[in-house]
Amino acid sequence: MSFTATKFSHSLLAVPINSSTPRSNDKPLSFSSDLFKHNASSSSFLGSTQKLLRLNARRSPPPVAAVLLQQTSNLLITKEEGLVLYEDMVLGRSFEDKCAEMYYRGKMFGFVHLYNGQEAVSTGFIKYLRKEDCIVSTYRDHVHALSKGVPSREVMSELFGKATGCCRGQGGSMHMFSKEHNVLGGFAFIGEGIPVATGAAFSMKYKREVLNQADSDNVTLAFFGDGTCNNGQFFECLNMAALWKLPIVFVVENNLWAIGMSHLRATSDPEIWKKGPAFGMPGVHVDGMDVLKVREVAKEAIDRARRGEGPSLVECETYRFRGHSLADPDELRNPAEKQHYAGRDPITALKKYLFENKLATEQELKAIDKKIDEVLEEAVDFAEKSPAPARSQLLENVFADPKGFGIGPDGRYRCEDPKFTEGTAHV
Amino acid sequence: MLGVIRNKNLLRPSFSAFRHLSSSAKQMTVRDALNSALDEEMSADPKVFLMGEEVGEYQGAYKISKGLLEKYGPERVLDTPITEAGFTGIGVGAAYYGLKPVVEFMTFNFSMQAIDHIINSAAKSNYMSAGQINVPIVFRGPNGAAAGVGAQHSHCYASWYGSCPGLKVLAPYSSEDARGLLKAAIRDPDPVVFLENELLYGESFPVSAEVLDSSFCLPIGKAKIEREGKDVTITAFSKMVGFALKAAETLEKEGISAEVINLRSIRPLDRATINASVRKTNRLVTVEEGFPQHGVGAEICASVIEESFGYLDAPVERIAGADVPMPYAANLERLAVPQIEDIVRAAKRACHRSVPMAATA
Repeated sequence: MSFTATKFSHSLLAVPINSSTPRSNDKPLSFSSDLFKHNASSSSFLGSTQKLLRLNARRSPPPVAAVLLQQTSNLLITKEEGLVLYEDMVLGRSFEDKCAEMYYRGKMFGFVHLYNGQEAVSTGFIKYLRKEDCIVSTYRDHVHALSKGVPSREVMSELFGKATGCCRGQGGSMHMFSKEHNVLGGFAFIGEGIPVATGAAFSMKYKREVLNQADSDNVTLAFFGDGTCNNGQFFECLNMAALWKLPIVFVVENNLWAIGMSHLRATSDPEIWKKGPAFGMPGVHVDGMDVLKVREVAKEAIDRARRGEGPSLVECETYRFRGHSLADPDELRNPAEKQHYAGRDPITALKKYLFENKLATEQELKAIDKKIDEVLEEAVDFAEKSPAPARSQLLENVFADPKGFGIGPDGRYRCEDPKFTEGTAHV
Repeated sequence: MLGVIRNKNLLRPSFSAFRHLSSSAKQMTVRDALNSALDEEMSADPKVFLMGEEVGEYQGAYKISKGLLEKYGPERVLDTPITEAGFTGIGVGAAYYGLKPVVEFMTFNFSMQAIDHIINSAAKSNYMSAGQINVPIVFRGPNGAAAGVGAQHSHCYASWYGSCPGLKVLAPYSSEDARGLLKAAIRDPDPVVFLENELLYGESFPVSAEVLDSSFCLPIGKAKIEREGKDVTITAFSKMVGFALKAAETLEKEGISAEVINLRSIRPLDRATINASVRKTNRLVTVEEGFPQHGVGAEICASVIEESFGYLDAPVERIAGADVPMPYAANLERLAVPQIEDIVRAAKRACHRSVPMAATA
């Protein structure tokens, strides 16, 4: 398979991936080059609503060059890879289902945004990363953290607001951090994480070129949604990442809906991938309900960034199976649209591929399902039994060096002192 | 959007006798102090880099980064596009991942476009990550009123940033402050908001050999008593320290001994020094250019009332900018920011030596 990234010319900047691979999926994949030939009922692109039909009718064919993927083997993955992908996707799905259960039982609180339906994106991209590579996420961040290797029990415990959480209960659902796994945060504002991710990529380049750390070839992934692609920080960072050739991949999880605002109602040109070529980087559209396709694109984009050839923009068209958050009544999305995407469940699709290509047996997958169930039972049990943060923890970690901020003579925060007003909260 | 302001050198105070520096001191401008501090810290630590609009080839909108591009190259003196939200966030992300960025705002007024990254991405991360991700970054640039630039370019953000946990906020006055505090800010492991003043850049101050040494550094969170006195305490920061010292000279001629505290650090605030001084003088005047409501002066007053209420012999006096967006007309602009005579009058009121407030209005 070739991305032609190393020598792309202007005419090749726009790179819709076309696949000659026989698909096990029920429908032929519709990458952007054949997008315009399909009507909404046979296309996965940009939903299946009437609005889309009107919109498509207006469009003229895009000036893009199709690059054919050349397969060296008939299979996209090995058995081992297939099982890893399957396990990660099942973990993501089951973890989120467990979150919903725990939320309704009052074990977690606030805003909880679940990832169901989008697993192919997290798994397809993050499972191709090294541990040293960074990810920056949004408020829908649990599954990104899990894919990157943060243990389920630590994420669950964080959501329960316990001291054993990955951020000791100080971050919460929308703010997953793990220095060990290079999860540089979930960011709760639209567009906020993109510059931070770009900055991490800047550091990687700086370490290589200024600090002469030749082995610094790490890559950053920035995850964000379709709604973010109308925000200025997205454009600002596409520009600077391309200008400075930073090792980053901008991964758009286009689930077609920004809370209750349809992507088609919010964006003048809904094909987000086109904004890549506009800034001088490859823009790719991929079926975000197909983990193997996502993984192929991820490989190209990540390898390209690692080789120092600069950023890419990848639009993964996906769908969330639940509302925006657990507080969202989800009344605006058409039931037919939801059903259409439910029929394209990425886990079912991978399962089918594994079976059809004799990469896994029913028993093997069932064993994985069972293992995940056990992991999550253990995670909930761990979170449940963990202690709430101690009172003294309230004022810790505001600063790395808190001298002058209410530190008592013994070097500890004076949170027990009733007269304590030195720059932090009264306890 | 921006006119680069020539330094007007509006202030030429002559109160160097009050500074506690060696008599053989050299003179240095605040601009050179900032430039040398940046230079030395970049030279000492290759992880330190400067980014912002016009910091490189233009040598800085106010020439603070003069010569640094030539010395350290475009990888470490990074001209950015005009994208405050974007480049500030990039700076923060670089700090997350092991570098020590110095982000220059052409003026702090423009930091409004990036305040999300200063507050949400920089200030809160160490806490949200339970200490896993600290953010060693400096946000610096001229803050507050310049001259004749109107409301959008004349806003003091000391109390805004000063109210946010997770930030350290510094406001230098003299060349000594500028050098010592900027070097401390760059070395600090936490995000520091460094509020300079455009009208002070061209001003010269005497500096001792100690201040000129490359190891020189000032502690964050410590105020400096610029002038000792016994009758009234005047707190000020940045340009207002000069005004307070001028006022103290006038007051001295009238037999009032004023103690002038240069806050240096807005957050942490050196409550101990302020309260010790008030316990000695029993009177307090706070001075700032920012707006009065929820201002730095308000916080100082609260601290003194909480900790030293019994020592006060007069109501505290707060001098602040007028509670209006900055007008353009020169006469109105002058009325909108504190003047030396305002400080003198307030100090005299505090010392019960003047007519009641209503008569002076």
